[in-house]
Amino acid sequence: MTADTTPIATLSNVTKRFGGLVAVRDVSFSLKPGEIVGLIGPNGAGKTTLVSLMAQTLVPDAGEISFMGRSLVGLPAYKVARLGLARTFQIVQPFPKMTVLENVQAGALFAGASPSVADARDRAMECLEFCGLAQLALSEASSLTLPNRKRLEVAKALATRPKLLLLDEVNAGLTAAEVDRALELIDALARRGITILLIEHLMKVVLKACARVLVLHQGALIADGTPREVVHDKAVAEAYLGSRFAHALSGKTPGAAA
Amino acid sequence: MKRTGGLLLLGLCAVVLVALPFTSSNYIIRLATFAAMYVALAASWNVIGGMAGYPSFATAAFFGLGAYGAGVVLSKTGTFLVLGWLCGGVAAALFALLVGPAILRLRGHYFAVASLVTAVVLREIINSATNLTGGGMGLNLPPRISDVDLLARQYYAVMVLLAVGAVGAGVLVSRAKIGWALRCIEQNEDAAVVLGIDTLYYKTAAFALSGLIAGITGAVYATWIGYIDPTDVFEDILSVKPIVMVLIGGLGTLYAPVVGALCFLLLEELVWRNILSFHAGVLGLLIVALLVFLPGGLKDLATRLPWARRSPAGEAVRS
Ligand SMILES: Nc1ncnc2c1ncn2[C@@H]1O[C@H](COP(=O)(O)OP(=O)(O)OP(=O)(O)O)[C@@H](O)[C@H]1O
Ligand SMILES: [Mg+2]
Repeated sequence: MTADTTPIATLSNVTKRFGGLVAVRDVSFSLKPGEIVGLIGPNGAGKTTLVSLMAQTLVPDAGEISFMGRSLVGLPAYKVARLGLARTFQIVQPFPKMTVLENVQAGALFAGASPSVADARDRAMECLEFCGLAQLALSEASSLTLPNRKRLEVAKALATRPKLLLLDEVNAGLTAAEVDRALELIDALARRGITILLIEHLMKVVLKACARVLVLHQGALIADGTPREVVHDKAVAEAYLGSRFAHALSGKTPGAAA
Repeated sequence: MKRTGGLLLLGLCAVVLVALPFTSSNYIIRLATFAAMYVALAASWNVIGGMAGYPSFATAAFFGLGAYGAGVVLSKTGTFLVLGWLCGGVAAALFALLVGPAILRLRGHYFAVASLVTAVVLREIINSATNLTGGGMGLNLPPRISDVDLLARQYYAVMVLLAVGAVGAGVLVSRAKIGWALRCIEQNEDAAVVLGIDTLYYKTAAFALSGLIAGITGAVYATWIGYIDPTDVFEDILSVKPIVMVLIGGLGTLYAPVVGALCFLLLEELVWRNILSFHAGVLGLLIVALLVFLPGGLKDLATRLPWARRSPAGEAVRS
């Protein structure tokens, strides 16, 4: 345990602006190896932007991001991926003219220790089985339903053998049964020792999967704690419900959400 | 079944290609040499334009640079032809390696325009380097064989080998890791990056290979025709034709450069021979009509024509 307490990833005072809009404002936190951390916040809070900054598909205007002791800022995004930091896209980004298997095979082919095309295929098949997509391996990616496209995003990211996985709303639009299946998947990923930052609108998933939750509001990190702490946090309630409603709520039924 | 059919077709092509120089007139040989040259240029464009999806208009730049690279080396040193051709190809590839990293950061129209400009710039440079290139006066490259029949057959053989090599290079590329990278880039470049694909590296490699092939083609063309000048070998239409050929053949396939180039040449020749005035216009209209009615190229023909349609079961599996 002692060695594991050094963070796998650290963000210090990270800021990103789009013109006049501050999408991510002075955010600092670190992730410990093997943690599953939830990242929640209202629409437009800056969650996806934060993921893009960590993956270096966007470059921060200020602040420092390190991953496994290495500074990421200014590193090309493909190198970040090869270091073992994988992301999924909230708006799914498949290779539409490839099969599901080929999509994942592409993920296996370039990251890490540069396997042969045949080895990448084997690893891709393994990832598909892991994500429950094996029966669809030979379907065209463009023919998948949205939940399966989200699973494909996970499988592709997984094929790169990540140490840290940033999952951006991969469970949106799932039925109750599918949510349980997704929870199992997240659990299985965690058992592989992969650190996960989970962006999620479904509170059920957050509460079940995460021991720690970060809350982003208007670009700023307003809470960082256990799900229980966060749910009872006044600033969080205000962010989600508006300040007047939050006041009323905390006045009448303290701790009601537990 | 499909494989043996393909092999039979390949064998048949090989027989025709070998028999042609022994049985045909110089006119047919000349036409076939142009056909092979078009195939090579279309295959060159296919690597960057088809596989990577970057609409390059740099073919003329590569072709012209290859022609002048070979022309200058051969006229100054008198070395072996093959060495001269290689110099032309290497010059074009080096040029691609130089400008590729800059312009391949641009996407879509921006890349297209930037690549088009390269030919203009090179043409000006060649034009002004008078003591090396002869400038606007052009460069004479007298043939080394005086027998006209033999010369025609020699260049036929070289161009055909070049075309086969270019198409073969395409096949090898598409099976290798770079082929995977290019397909990912073509279909979704943002997704490719986060999988660890060094997109700029692979795009530049594809651009350089495209340059190498088009450069050697230009070099062979220069010594075949025996005279080059900047307006001829840097002509914009040289950049447009290969694109049209691949579109006619069907974007996204490996045989498109072959089928497309042959159809294009056939159309071109028919129009030039049968329509006395306005041939370029008629050719243009024909091509536009073809692309409008067969947007996926000739490969769509199989699904458009009722008698060529596959069994309904086969269709159902695809859709
Ligand atoms: N490329 C961009 N250019 C300009 N503004 C952007 C860009 N990307 C995001 N934004 C803005 O930045 C803010 C944060 O967006 P972001 O997508 O990170 O939010 P989010 O928390 O992921 O929201 P959601 O829950 O809807 O996914 C929003 O106001 C958004 O409009
Ligand atoms: Mg988002």
